[in-house]
Amino acid sequence: MNWFLQQSINGLALGSIYALIALGYTMVYGVLRFINFAHSDVMMLGAFAAYFLAPPMAKVFSAQSYSGALAVMVLSAAICAIIGILIEILAYRPLRRRPKLTVLITAIGVSLFIEYTCQHQSVFGAATRPFPKLIPERDFQFGGLSVNSSDIGVLIVTALLLAGMWWIVQRTRVGVAMRAVSFNERAAALMGVNINRIISFTFGLGSALAAVAGVFFSMRAQGIEPLMGVQPGLRAFTAAVVGGIGNLPGAALGGILLGLLETFAGGVPGLSNYRDGISFAILILILLFKPAGLLGKAQVEKV
Amino acid sequence: MQKVYLTDTGRTIRRWLWPCVGLLCALLAAGCKKSGEGGEIKVGEFASLTGKEATFGVSSHEGTVLGVEQINAAGGVLGKKLELLTEDDLSKAGEPATAVNKLISRDGVVAILGEVASSRSLEAAPICQQSQIPMISPSSTNPKVTETGDYIFRVCFIDPFQGTVMANFAAKTLKAKKVAIFTDVKSDYSIGLAKFFKAGFLANGGQVVAELDYSGGDKDFKAQLTEIKSAGPDAVFVPGYYTDVALICIQAKQLNVTAPLFGGDGWESDQLVKIGQDAVEGDYFSTHYAPDVDTPQSKSFVASYEKRYGGKVPDAMAALGYDSVMILADAIKRAGTTDGPKIRDALAATKDFACATGKTSINAQRDATKPAVILQVKDGKFKYIETVNP
Repeated sequence: MNWFLQQSINGLALGSIYALIALGYTMVYGVLRFINFAHSDVMMLGAFAAYFLAPPMAKVFSAQSYSGALAVMVLSAAICAIIGILIEILAYRPLRRRPKLTVLITAIGVSLFIEYTCQHQSVFGAATRPFPKLIPERDFQFGGLSVNSSDIGVLIVTALLLAGMWWIVQRTRVGVAMRAVSFNERAAALMGVNINRIISFTFGLGSALAAVAGVFFSMRAQGIEPLMGVQPGLRAFTAAVVGGIGNLPGAALGGILLGLLETFAGGVPGLSNYRDGISFAILILILLFKPAGLLGKAQVEKV
Repeated sequence: MQKVYLTDTGRTIRRWLWPCVGLLCALLAAGCKKSGEGGEIKVGEFASLTGKEATFGVSSHEGTVLGVEQINAAGGVLGKKLELLTEDDLSKAGEPATAVNKLISRDGVVAILGEVASSRSLEAAPICQQSQIPMISPSSTNPKVTETGDYIFRVCFIDPFQGTVMANFAAKTLKAKKVAIFTDVKSDYSIGLAKFFKAGFLANGGQVVAELDYSGGDKDFKAQLTEIKSAGPDAVFVPGYYTDVALICIQAKQLNVTAPLFGGDGWESDQLVKIGQDAVEGDYFSTHYAPDVDTPQSKSFVASYEKRYGGKVPDAMAALGYDSVMILADAIKRAGTTDGPKIRDALAATKDFACATGKTSINAQRDATKPAVILQVKDGKFKYIETVNP
């Protein structure tokens, strides 16, 4: 029983990080109908931004304080939002009228560009760097169960951000505009929606989420390197698809599901080697029976 | 008419282009060989100067550079100076093959030194074997490396020995009855070491209560560690590399795993302590060398290394990198030529050569037989515990 509860806690914490990244994938897909493969690298940049911001912030606030951690997170999110917007303007905007496949390939190119530029010795270098402790690390023990303070933090923040995203998309003017662009770009433009601004906003928001995910990811595994985004990015992308891509609660659900699956498969001796195989096989099964994802609506392609 | 003319030109170009390119390459290669036979003896090195195992590659490289400088200061080999050509393989699979091909065919090196990681040495070994260029790995401990062929050597002990040493250590010094093994399935080194450790520990009457896997580069190990914890081992054997090991130690501590963790020479890096901090405190690992070892060669190596690198204390990888070039130079001297097969024969005949890491002989499997040391992480430093002879 203890084993089961502990693995559930591990899975939930890991799943929330996947969920945070998946939210970014799904938002961009919702508006532009393409997968921004550079998203996972923005997550890595977020972690590196926090890495460089932490020492100066520790001077302003006290070291390892919640206010300091919040400041680091907000600033990293802001930096990544700018990077996300720049990526869109420089790489994707010139291709907006081209087939979606062109943009998709460009996204992979952008992703590789960021990864390999950052691995160069004069940028970050390929060596793993120790990530500083941002919040007072505490391990809470409840009768054999142990929960880390950053695990609790990531669960709360993911829930808050998911609620925030839902509120932005459903209840604000920008959200209405986002949904309008998603529904029909040309009609939205004719109604006076500034398409470029909405798309920039979406990229900024998605990249800020990636930065937050990156910071939490590095708080759990305190070593960061330029390729750290690849694995979680791939899983988060899968999570977004399983949840129903374009659907916000779906992305969160998919992320948590994937985190739990991976943790339970990984915790069984003899299976830990196949944990990705098992979790992905289950995801394929889900998609076989629900091709639009768990919460996605099946759309009839109009010909 | 115009069109026909163009096509003809195209065909002519096509007909002559490849032979011309071939000729050019041959000329270049010949040029390279010539320059090698002239002033200097070219020695190739491929190392993980950046990336996941960067501290290993850099240490080993620094040791090698020091060795080359000392040899050249003493007048070189066969009256010529050694020239070290280094390629960085970024700690990545796929890169060593490119690097070694480049060193052999473009630069015309007479021997190859490298790599630290067994997986990457295994990648380069077949190329060196085919080109009949002797390759000396400073610190790849997986037995398969030298099994590739008779041109592949190493100057360190191998994993069956290291695994047995750690198994005896766990059973006798740690007094462990039950152990868990946590293996990196992506690394030949880790799989091999885990296998030999298990065999050795079972032979000691111990019990393996949990065997779990991770893939190198993973960041989340809590699922496996939770299972390891519930199996209740007395000690956990983690034959991985320092970056992953540091994260494993941190997460084990978070999950309140109280059993000590221990591993092999893949742990020895200051990054282990930098990333792992207090989580790696008190853990043990086996390695090739400790600066405390009391031989004249070791002492003079430590002194000259500290002088060359601004007071830095050499680690095992540095010592082995140094030894690899020393043994090569000795073999070239005895061979009296830079001819690949002759150097190979001389290397194979190496006997009781005094190195920084102790007296080294190359056995019939082209592996070095030498002692291992066990270190403990204590106050953020590596403390010498004991030496185990083969």
